Amino acid sequence: MSPKGDRGGDATVRRMDRTQHLRQKPPSALPGISPSRGEIGSRHRIKPHHKDVHPRMQTVLSIAIDALAYGMVLFVISIGLSVTMGLMRVVNLAHGAFAMIGGYLASYVTRDLGLGYAPAILIAVIATAIIAVPIERLLYRRIYGAPELTQVLMTIGITFCVIGLANYAFGPTLKTIPLPETLSGSIDLGFRAIATHRIFAIVCGVVVAFGLWFLIERTAFGIRLRAAVDNAPMAAALGVRTQLVYAVSFAVAVGLAAFGGVVGAELLPVEPYYALRYMVTFLVAVSIGGAGSIPGALIACLLLGAIDTTGRYLAPEYGEFFFYLAVIVIVTLFPRGLAGRFK
Amino acid sequence: MAVLMDSTLPTRRRPLGTLIGIAVIIAAGIIGYFLFPNNLALLTRIVATMLLVLSIDLVTGYCGVATLGHAALFGAGAYGAGIVSAHFGITEPLTMTLIGAAAGAVAGLVSGLVILRAHGLPQLVLSIAVVHLFHEVANKASGWTGGSDGLSGITTDALLGLFEFDLWGRTAYFYGIALLLIVFVLLRILVQSPFGMLARGVREDPIRVAAMGASVHSVMLRMYVISGAVAGIGGALNAISTQVVGLDSLSFTMSAEALVMLVLGGTGSLYGAMVGTVSFMWFEDVVSAANPFHWLTIVGALLIVVVLFAPKGLYGSAAAFLSRRRGGGK
Repeated sequence: MSPKGDRGGDATVRRMDRTQHLRQKPPSALPGISPSRGEIGSRHRIKPHHKDVHPRMQTVLSIAIDALAYGMVLFVISIGLSVTMGLMRVVNLAHGAFAMIGGYLASYVTRDLGLGYAPAILIAVIATAIIAVPIERLLYRRIYGAPELTQVLMTIGITFCVIGLANYAFGPTLKTIPLPETLSGSIDLGFRAIATHRIFAIVCGVVVAFGLWFLIERTAFGIRLRAAVDNAPMAAALGVRTQLVYAVSFAVAVGLAAFGGVVGAELLPVEPYYALRYMVTFLVAVSIGGAGSIPGALIACLLLGAIDTTGRYLAPEYGEFFFYLAVIVIVTLFPRGLAGRFK
Repeated sequence: MAVLMDSTLPTRRRPLGTLIGIAVIIAAGIIGYFLFPNNLALLTRIVATMLLVLSIDLVTGYCGVATLGHAALFGAGAYGAGIVSAHFGITEPLTMTLIGAAAGAVAGLVSGLVILRAHGLPQLVLSIAVVHLFHEVANKASGWTGGSDGLSGITTDALLGLFEFDLWGRTAYFYGIALLLIVFVLLRILVQSPFGMLARGVREDPIRVAAMGASVHSVMLRMYVISGAVAGIGGALNAISTQVVGLDSLSFTMSAEALVMLVLGGTGSLYGAMVGTVSFMWFEDVVSAANPFHWLTIVGALLIVVVLFAPKGLYGSAAAFLSRRRGGGK
């Protein structure tokens, strides 16, 4: 299954989505989220170039690298959600929408403005964070502390709006973000060629994990953030400007989502229903990791990436059966997440 | 128990409330029939969805369980009714409906056993996982369910031997309204029964209910089974009226939409569930016909507006407003 062919198939699916959309009565308000979160695993297979290594070994390596890359992308996107959920106790179903906005902006910058990949990432992250700040002030601030159901309704509403606007502004087709020369090739390890982009995604995940760890454990802002997570009223009483902490961490979270959306565009392709299609995956990752915990989120994302990718390689006909079975088992065993502070 | 009852419930005028509800449902049913005689299929779909949303209200509004996986129960009912018709030749509509209810109840028991093990966000995630599992199983067992092509070949006898299910969906529509009425009355009785009170108690303060000696888990599980039966009836109605069951009736999409409808209308009153379903589906139909490009944006904006200005949902906020007015007028 070549990546190209897959992409083409995907585009037709999207196009069908579109016609479905244009019909007078849509069959449902959220067409296309559920079944086809689908094709991730199969898309990022790499053809083995070196036949001298045992084929089973090749498969194991392919699975390992794809799982690691997928898990890292998942981590970069969901860690922001984890922080906002742990900090503000908001079930933010719109997080995927911000990742999608990032992806769209990067696609626009590279393809229409003709800028490079690095400036595209930068612009996408900053612009998405700028978009998010007024949304936080105007909408999110009103649902802090509200019942979960209200938060779900509000954030689903935001997601719908973003999907509709993205559909209007960029059209229903799949958007690609062209990779620069240095990332589009593959690195030869002697026994195995690995797509450079996978390595880039893995490195990004590691950098984000260390950066966040440093920010939260080693800086004054991190101390305030942790204080606000543990006990917001007490932190406020001690002079921490919790509102500012909320706003900044929201912006950081959204920026990370946008970053993940751009870096992961090869694995999670950017299209209007991105926001709903992967939302469940992000939510699952945060829940399993335990909201507010970086190591928890990292372990959860790598675990989920491994389960999902392995399932897709070895038993593709079962779809996501094993993924969700694993989710049920893990949540049952660790109801508070692998390292959770979530109550 | 008395302590739990005092604030949330008007203890008087309950039979009157039920009677008003019955009258409104009948009136709305008749008005709908004459206003949209060519669109009865949509109205029947609304009624079936209403049953699903009512069943979510039972667990969410009365027990405080947040679920994004309730379509599993609806789909179980739809597939139950459809499979006995397509594979076993049981085509009597009432029997099909009962089998749908039973299938929904069993699905409710299974998913309740899984979902009720956690609280809060993990619970939400478990419910999502459950509906996806049901979906994948139905997809894989394509010999029974038709897989992604959908289950076709469902036939139904005439209702009570008298009314054929016609092309215009008149019989299906009136059958749906009748089912809705029966379910509504039974649910009113249920939520006002001591068991219903206990369920509200669980939502308000599970620790206190446990301290009083009731088993919180068993209350919620029983409610889940009842809720499954109601959702199953909705699914069976859908299978009978459309004569086809698709995988989308087991989808996360359906669950999320139904929850949105419930919260839109307002939880914990049964009326809110019905108001929310009608408003959402009507709104979706009108907006998507008027502007197919922007309907999702408008639906999203509507949701945001409702959260900001009517946080208890359409029915809940209207009821609160009216009682405030009445209180002020005294």
